[in-house]
Order: sequence, then structure tokens, then C-alpha cells
Amino acid sequence: MWNVSISPHVRSSESVEKIMWTVVACLVPPLILSVFIFGIQVLLITAVSVVSCMAVEAISQKVLGRPVSVMDGSAALTGMLLAFVIPPGVSFLLPALGAVMAIYIGKHLLGGLGYNIFNPALLGRAFLLATFPVAMTSAWLPPMTDGAIFSYFAGGIDAVSTATPLAVMKEQGMAAFREMFGTPSEIYTSFFLGWRPGCIGETSGLLIVLGGLYLMYRRYITWHIPVSLLGTLALLSWIFGGESLFTGDPLLALLTGGALLGAFFMATDYVTSPSGKTAQVVYAAGIGALTVLIRLKGGYPEGICYAILLMNPMGPILDSWFKPKRFAPPLGGEK
Amino acid sequence: MTPTLTFPKGGVHPPESKKLTEQLAVEVMPLPAELEIILGQHIGAPCSPTVAKRGEVGEGDLVAEVKKGLGVPLHAPVAGSIKAIGKSGHPIRVSVPSITLKVDQAAGPREWTAADWQNLDSQELLKKVHEAGIVGIGGAGFPTHVKLKPPADNPVDTLLLNGAECEPYITADHRVMLEQPAEVVEGALIMLKILGITECYIGIESNKPEAIDSMTEAARAASGAEYQIKVVALEVKYPQGSEKQLIEAITSRKVPAMALPSAVGVVVQNVSTTKAVRDAVVLGKPLIEKVVTISGLGIKRPANLLVKVGTKLSDIVEYCGGTKPELARVVMGGPMMGFAVSSLDIPVTKTTSSILFLTEDELDTRPLSACIHCGWCLDACPMGLEPKEIGIYVEANRAEDTEQFGVFECFECGSCAYVCPAKRPLVQFVRLAKMKAKR
Repeated sequence: MWNVSISPHVRSSESVEKIMWTVVACLVPPLILSVFIFGIQVLLITAVSVVSCMAVEAISQKVLGRPVSVMDGSAALTGMLLAFVIPPGVSFLLPALGAVMAIYIGKHLLGGLGYNIFNPALLGRAFLLATFPVAMTSAWLPPMTDGAIFSYFAGGIDAVSTATPLAVMKEQGMAAFREMFGTPSEIYTSFFLGWRPGCIGETSGLLIVLGGLYLMYRRYITWHIPVSLLGTLALLSWIFGGESLFTGDPLLALLTGGALLGAFFMATDYVTSPSGKTAQVVYAAGIGALTVLIRLKGGYPEGICYAILLMNPMGPILDSWFKPKRFAPPLGGEK
Repeated sequence: MTPTLTFPKGGVHPPESKKLTEQLAVEVMPLPAELEIILGQHIGAPCSPTVAKRGEVGEGDLVAEVKKGLGVPLHAPVAGSIKAIGKSGHPIRVSVPSITLKVDQAAGPREWTAADWQNLDSQELLKKVHEAGIVGIGGAGFPTHVKLKPPADNPVDTLLLNGAECEPYITADHRVMLEQPAEVVEGALIMLKILGITECYIGIESNKPEAIDSMTEAARAASGAEYQIKVVALEVKYPQGSEKQLIEAITSRKVPAMALPSAVGVVVQNVSTTKAVRDAVVLGKPLIEKVVTISGLGIKRPANLLVKVGTKLSDIVEYCGGTKPELARVVMGGPMMGFAVSSLDIPVTKTTSSILFLTEDELDTRPLSACIHCGWCLDACPMGLEPKEIGIYVEANRAEDTEQFGVFECFECGSCAYVCPAKRPLVQFVRLAKMKAKR
């Protein structure tokens, strides 16, 4: 007697674990760069976040009587992404609390992997932003240029806080922004390479884009969501972002506020985004538009986090609106 | 070389695994002691025996026929005596009525003599095809004479021969095209005459360049003012040999949902079926034997064997040197759509194209997990259906609501389950949904 399961008997070598750990690996280069920009404590924050997420996942699954699948990489990825969207100068308590919100409430109470409506990492960030508003909006660190990554251990963090580019632009205007970050070409260069204040993972646009391109090369993601999201964001920022119409800076809009990280690694989350390609384009355009709306009219300088969370529940609806095209309709049309 | 044709939507690229047998010439398997001839060999009505226990039959004699309904007669693959009319193991239906034939080893093979068919009209040719018990060898086994008589309101203008052989491992059609190209083309000429049309395309996947060459040569020799037979190279992509996908690849015509190929003026026949049609008409030989690929890393000696219908898997295993200890699964048919069997006490039927002996390394038995909505199944499905939704609905006990996702247009090619990273048994979900959903 042999195993008699149903066809197909051969299957591709891909698996959920392989996908999740590959995405985690794509986030390692920006993390390493972040250590050199903000100091060694970002590595500790990320470690706390990843370990907390995996621990909360294991405990949640035990408590809820589900099979424990903590090594599938999805919790580790959430931990990585959660660390990437919090400032580098916060207490280690924050990622641990964020992990409970992200994994226990955001993921397992909503059904577990595959059923969660909202991106767990962003839900964790939204929770931290509401409960620790001061730390989450002020624990920014200026980028280091001397490579002394252990310096904050000796001197402490509180004395050196700074402000993020979008916050400066929003609250103090373009003149202050220029004074702080330099000429446009200097800004583009330093922001693209990563030397600027910001969240742990939003430093280097270059490394984020390279990671995203690698995921496309592996066919884990397609161009639809990143291109549609960034295109809409750039277009609307150009039209409405300046003092008058059509004078905004689309490139600056892409390089700030975690737009690239959101477009390549957050909005493309399989579970919380639509599956159909047309639906993905519409979904990502919605995120781009909401991001611009929040940045220009809302209370927060960034916006992509809430934009993605607002569009997450639209995923299944968009999939039901934009169904795949059938091979051919029956004779005499649809019933 | 001209560019290869393919269907535009969906499809997957499983490892071809044809190296094991593609260079092995067809060898004739010696007769086993007994044959087990299943009465319901294929789609349609099962046959009723026309012989009695202990009766003597010669090779090619009628042993069973269809009393009413869709079907074709069944013939004795070799000379022998009827040992029993009882039950046989079956890959899907577990136990089915069958005839056990004790082989007369002394009788020797019957000589089939060629006769001229050019003077026969299409009705007489069709009758010969019917009487020879010919069904589609490649797939479900639809009676060939029925396909060659399309409804009067669907005029047919094109005959397609399916030599795609897109399932991994299988090389039976490949060897037939390579070793007997002239016979295949003669079968095509016969079918063109039956259909009263002149145009025929032979679609072959480009991973069989030798078969493309041999068939092109034979097709050129037979084409002329009266009939045009053309070989077209197809891209290597599964399920290239699916009827609707093949028709779209070659003719750009789309067969409507729930309709037959004749709705777009096309008749499709497998190349080995075509060869069987030729044997039926030219030699008067019924469908009593076929080329079967024996492959996989779990069999000692992979081979392309010409076996009699009714040969048991156990006899084939013995002839091929036995199985290896690593053997984990035995599959009748291809690895994408074939059926796993639990025992070797099962006979070859008219529709068996391969028997695969697969080891753990070739299979993937990782457990399923929840759907993560990656959407890969949507991209893989050649029919534009939503396999992930069908699976989720079936798991939620809502199989009756799956028609909206196209469950009845699914032909179970398995492309979705092949790519699924969560290892979800999507074909199984579809079959459950089809059973429960009312049309």
C-alpha cells in the first residue's frame, strides 16, 4: 500500500516559509545600514521586536489551540517590519508592546495567518503612535557621520533628538527645511543613500528599492502595487504638494515618510492586499492618494501607515469587483 | 526555427522529467499469464460480456459490447480462454466488473494484413473506427467515432492532432511520433476523409525536436493538392495539451465554456489515437494494445512498453526489474492529473498512458496551511478561475456557493495546486465543490 493523495503529485519547491524568510532577508541590508547611521541600539530594538513577535505568536497559537507555526517566518517578518517603522531612539518596551498588538490582536484574534484583515506590523505602529505619541514622534536621531555606533550607549539618547524631514516641512515650512537639510540635490542624494533622520527602516531608499527589485526577480511580488502606489503618490504630490498647483516635489515625496518601504514591503503583503492584478493597481492607487491626503491635510506628517491600514479592508472587496477574466463565456452568454 | 505557439493565459512549468525514457525505443512486453479486461474502460456506458466462462477466444475477437448508450466494443487482446467474469481493482472506482482472460501462450501473435481504404466512403470508415473500439488514448477516453461525427449545426473545418504530451515524465506519444510517423499521418488522412475536410495541424511541444522533424517529414510526404497537414511547434508549458488550450494556441479560437471543440469548427485527436484509427482501418485491428511509459525514480528499469490492454501493473513491475525501496507512490497517468493507486493488482486500460513509480524526492508531501492570498493560483489557472476562493469556501462548508468562481469550468489540470506555496490540495477542493454544488 502506498500513499494515495490526489493529483497533482508534483509541486513547485516554493513554500510559505521560503517566501517569508526571503522577505526577511531582503530587509537585512537596510537594517545593517541603519546600525551605521543611528547606532547599535537599532539592532537591539529590532531583535526585541522580532523575538517578541515570535514569542507572542507561539503563545497565541498555544492559547488559542492552534498548531504552533512560529518558524514559518511570518511572525519574524512582522517583527522586522514593526521595528522598521518606529524611531531609533525609543525604549525597548515599545517594540515588545507593539508585538503583542500586532501578533495577538492584529493577527491571531482576527483568525491567524491568512485571515487577518490589517497589516499586523502597521497595526502595531498605529497602536504605539496612539499610546506613546511623544516617543513615537520625537525619538528621532540625527545620522552619525563618524561611524561611532556605540556612542549613544555612553552619552544617552535624549540629548540628541532631531526632527524628520516631513515634520520640518509641514510644521516649519520649506525655508526651515532647506536650512536643515541643504540644497535639493544634497537632499536627494542623502535621502536616497540613507543619511537622514527617520524610522529605523526608512533610511536608504536605494537598499529598499534593491530589496523590492529582488522580490520581483524572484516573482514574489509584481510591479503592480509598488508602481501604482508610488506613481499616484508622486503625481498627486506634484499637483497638490507645492504652494500652487503643479509645483510640488514628487521625488521628495517618494524619498520621505517611508513611502518606498510601504510600497515595496507593506502594501504588497499577500494577506492584506488584493490578489488580482487589476484590483492591486486600484488598491495601491488608493493608498497613494490617501497618503497625499493625510500628508497635506491631516495631522500627521507621514501618512502611508494609515493609508495602507485604511485600504487593507478594501482588498477582498476590490477582488470581488475586478475578477479574473474567464477563458471564454458559455454559448449564449452568462446565465 | 519558427516561433513556438502557446495559449496566452496561465500555465506552469513543472520539471519535464522526460530524460528517463525519451531515448528508449518502444519495446514489446512479453505476454503475461493472465489479462484483466475491465468492462468500463472509459467514459460512457460499460460493456456487457458477449462471451461465457471457459469460452475460447482468438486475438482481436469481440468479448464485450455496449447494449445501449455511448460506448464502443471491447476485444480480446490475445488468444486465450475466459477464466472468469468477475471483479477487478480500479484506480478510481476501487472494484469494477471485468473479464479475466487466461493467455494461450502457444497461439502466437495474429497476422494483421493491410487493406486498401481509399475506396471506402466516410460512413464505412467511421463504422470501422467504431467497431475497433477506439477511444481517446490521451485523456478521458471519449469514443473516437463520436468525436468524428460532429453535430450537423457545427460544421468542422480543422483537425488538430495533439502531440503536445505536456505532462511530465510521459514519452509514449513522443516515441509513437518518432517511430511510426507515417502511420500517424495516414490516420490523419483517414480522419480528414471521414470529416470531409482538408486541413490538419499537428501540435508538438518544442522539447521533442526529433518528433517534430519526423512528423514534419511524414506530413510533407502526405500533403498535396487534396490534403494539407502541417506540424506546429508549441511552447513547453503545462497544460499545453489540454483541448481548449491547444485549440487556442494553434487556431486562436476560444471554445466557449461548457461547449465542445466542434462549436468552433475543430476536432482534436491524440496522435496515438490517430495511429490506432489507422490500424483499425488499414489492418482491421481493434484497440487491444498501447504504448505505456513506465518511469519515475522508484522503478529499476524505466521503459516505453507496448503492452496489451488488461496487463496488470504487477506484471509490468516484474518485467521492469521490480521497484526500488525508496518507492513512495504509484501513479497511473501523468504526475499532474494521474491517479495514485494503492495496489499493483490493477490492469492497464485503453486510456493508460503511463505508470509512474515516484519516490519521496519527486513528490511533495508537506502539509497544507491556510491560504495566504498570494494570488499565484489566479496567475496559473489557464481558465481564469479563482481556485483559492473555491478552496476557502469548501473549507467553510459552503461548497454550494462556488459556481461564481467557475468551478464547473475547471478541468482539474492541477496548475493551481502545483504553484500553491501553502500546499493546498486545490484540485481536491474543486472535486468536492463539484460534487456538492448544484448546477
